[in-house]
Amino acid sequence: MTALIALIRKDLVRYLRDKRALMLHLLMPVVLAAFFGSLFGGNPDAGASKIDIGLVLQDQSPVGQKIAAGLKAEATLRVTELRADEAQAQVRAGKLPVAVVIPDGFGQTAADALFSGRNKPQLPVYYDPSQATVLAMVKGLLTQHVMQVTTASVMGAQGTQTTERYLADLPAIDKRNAGQAQLGEFLDGLKKFQSQRAAAATAAPASALTSASASAAAAPADAAQGGMSVPFSTSDQALSSGPKYNGYAHSFAGMGVQFILFMGIDMGIGILLARQLGIWNRLLAAPVSLPTILLARAISGAIIATGLMCAMFACAMLIFKVQIASAAGFIGLVVCFGLMTAAFGLFIAAFGKTPEAARGIAVFATLILVMLGGAWVPSFIFPEWMQKLTLVVPTRWAIDGLDAVTWRGLGLDGALLPMAVQLGFALVFGAVAVWKFLKDQQR
Amino acid sequence: MLLNVEQISKSYGVRKAVDGVSFKVQRGQTVGLIGPNGAGKSTTVAMLCGLLRADAGRITLDGEAVGQGASAAKQKIGFVPQDLALYDDLSALENLRLFGGLYGLKGQPLKERCAYALALVNLADRATELPSSFSGGMKRRLNIAAALLHDPQLLILDEPTVGVDPQSRNAIFDTLEALQAQGRSLIYTSHYMEEVERLADHIVIIDHGKVLADETPSALYQRLPAQAALHVELAGEPSAALLSGLQALDGVTGIQRNGAALDIALQAVPHAAPVLAWLSGQGNTLLHFSTARTSLENIFLNLTGRSLRD
Repeated sequence: MTALIALIRKDLVRYLRDKRALMLHLLMPVVLAAFFGSLFGGNPDAGASKIDIGLVLQDQSPVGQKIAAGLKAEATLRVTELRADEAQAQVRAGKLPVAVVIPDGFGQTAADALFSGRNKPQLPVYYDPSQATVLAMVKGLLTQHVMQVTTASVMGAQGTQTTERYLADLPAIDKRNAGQAQLGEFLDGLKKFQSQRAAAATAAPASALTSASASAAAAPADAAQGGMSVPFSTSDQALSSGPKYNGYAHSFAGMGVQFILFMGIDMGIGILLARQLGIWNRLLAAPVSLPTILLARAISGAIIATGLMCAMFACAMLIFKVQIASAAGFIGLVVCFGLMTAAFGLFIAAFGKTPEAARGIAVFATLILVMLGGAWVPSFIFPEWMQKLTLVVPTRWAIDGLDAVTWRGLGLDGALLPMAVQLGFALVFGAVAVWKFLKDQQR
Repeated sequence: MLLNVEQISKSYGVRKAVDGVSFKVQRGQTVGLIGPNGAGKSTTVAMLCGLLRADAGRITLDGEAVGQGASAAKQKIGFVPQDLALYDDLSALENLRLFGGLYGLKGQPLKERCAYALALVNLADRATELPSSFSGGMKRRLNIAAALLHDPQLLILDEPTVGVDPQSRNAIFDTLEALQAQGRSLIYTSHYMEEVERLADHIVIIDHGKVLADETPSALYQRLPAQAALHVELAGEPSAALLSGLQALDGVTGIQRNGAALDIALQAVPHAAPVLAWLSGQGNTLLHFSTARTSLENIFLNLTGRSLRD
C-alpha cells in the first residue's frame, strides 16, 4: 500500500508541476468550449446576437417607410440606413453581410404588380458571398415585410385607387373572358370592402403601423390594416427535464472529453518514455508487482481526469451559468470516464512501440473518437446510420451522459447507462493492457 | 554466501543471450562483472534484479529466490541502473521519497533514510533542487542514493560512472568505498578496467553469454604468459636479426612491431632492464622506452580474443 500511495503521489505531483499540461488540458478546453458554446446558442438568458444589415431607403413613400420600419422592428436584425455607395462599400469590405435597397417608387410598382404579375420592380440586395446563410434569412424577412405592407396598401382602406386602376385596366364587362370576369368580380368586392374600411377609419382613425414583425402580437395589427399576414404563429417551448438549455453545457462536455482523452494519451506516452529511459525498469526492480505499478498509474490518471472535468465544469457554472441537474450523476459519470481515460492511456502504452509513433496514432484515434462522439458537432446532426454506429464509441456515451446530467436534467438514472458503458470500456482497455504488459514481461 | 547464481540461461528467440552463467557473491565482497557489449552482462544483471525471468537456472539471495514482481528478495537488493532513473521534475528529496516508498518506507524512517543517503552522496544541501539543475556526476550520485534508502544487503551497480567527469567519478568511488567499508556487498559492471581493478576483489568475465573467468584479480594475472609490457622507440626500423635476437632473450614472450616502435611482452617487469641493455648495444639508437604492468584489458583480450569495448 505504501508503494501504491508513493506511486500515485508521484504522478499527481508531477502532473500539477507541468504547466504545459495544465495549460493544454484545462485552459484550452475552457477557451474552446466557450467558443463552441457561443456558436451553439450559448446561454439563452444572455440574449441572441443580432445580424447587422444595411438599408438604402430610396422610396420615401408610405409603403417604403413601412417596410423600413418593419425591418427595423425585427428582433433579429440591427438595421443601419446608408447611401447606396456606402452600402456597397461596406458589404464589399466584409463589414456588413447584407444590404437591401428599396428603390424609388418601389411601393407603387410593387402594388401594381401584385395582381397583374407584370412589371415587377427589382429589389437589389447586396451580400457578402461568404455569408450566404445570412442572405437567405434576410431575404425571408424582407419577403414577409414587403408582402405585409404591399398587400395592406392594396387591400386596405387606402388601396381604393389601386383597385380602381386595376378595374380600369380590365376590358368592358361584356368583353371580358372568364378569368377577367372573375378578377372583375373580385375587384368589385374588394372595392366595396375598402369603402367600408374607409368609413370605419373615419369613425376611428387607424393607428399607424409601427411594427410589421412576424410575431404573433403584430399579426392582428396587420389584419386590421387589411394586408396579408403570416397565417400562423408558433408557440415555442424549450423542453428539457431540468435546467434551461445552455449551449455551453454541451460544448464543455465535448471539449472536456476531448482534452481529457489527450491527457490519457500523455499518460500512456509517459509510460513509454519511462520504459525508453529506464525509469520503468527501476520501478520494477523494487519489490512491487507490475499490476501494482499499472494500478497506481490508472488511479492517478483517473484522479487527474476527474479533477480536470470538475474544474472545467466549475468554470462553466461560474462563467457561463451552466447548471448541473444531478451532482451524483455528474460525479459518477466523471469518475467512470476518468477510469476509462486512464485505461485508454494504459492501452496506448501497452501497444505503443515508440513514444513518437504511439502519439501520432493515438491522437488520430482520439480525434476520430471525439468527432464520432459528438464533441465537435452534436451527434443528432449525423446521418442515421452514423448515429447508430457511434453507439459503440465510448465518447458518445460520455458526452450524452454529461448532457443528460446538465441541461437535460435527467438525474442519476439518466447517467447510469453511460456510467456502465464507461466502466465497461475501462475494464476492456485495462484488462487488455495488463495482459499485454504481463505478456511482454514474461519474454 | 549472500548471492548464488546457478546455471541461469536466457534466450531471445533462437539467440542465447545468457548460457548457463554461475557465480557467487560472498558477504562484504565486491564482484566486478565485465564483458563487452552484447556479452550477456546486462541480461544477467536484469535477471539478478528480477526484471527478467530466467529460462533456466536459479538465483537466490540470502537463501530466498529472486523473481519478478513483489519478490521478497528484492527488498535486499539496491539497483543502480546505467540509465539515470530519476524524475527531472521532482526534487532530489522527492525522488528519494518515491523510491523509499517503493520499498515500504514511510514517515520518520523514510525521512531519516533520505537524509542519510543524501549526506552519503554529498547532496544534502541540494535536497530541494530539481535533478535537471544537477551536473552529470551529481545525478549519478543521486541515482546511487536512491538505491541505498532501504539499506540493501547487495548493491548492483550497472555502469554507474558512464558520462561523468573524472572528479565526479572519484566522488562516486569515495561513496562506493565507504559502502565497502561498511561491509556491504557490491556487484559492479563497467567498461572501465581501472574502475573494476580499483574496487573488485573478485572478477567475473562474461562473453557470448558464458562465464570465461571467475577469479580474484591476482589469479587472473597469473593466467597470463606476460605480466608486463615494454614499449620502445628506435631511431630506425629494426632489422630481422634484431627482432629474432630480441625474441630469444630470457623473459620475452612476444613482440609486436609498428614501424620503428616495438611492444614487447615480458613475463615480469624485472625482465625489462636486461632487454633494454641488450637493445642499446645493437647499433639502433634507443630514443624512448616505457614499461607497464599488464592490465585487465590484456587479460580480457587474451581470454576472448577481442577488446572489451568492441
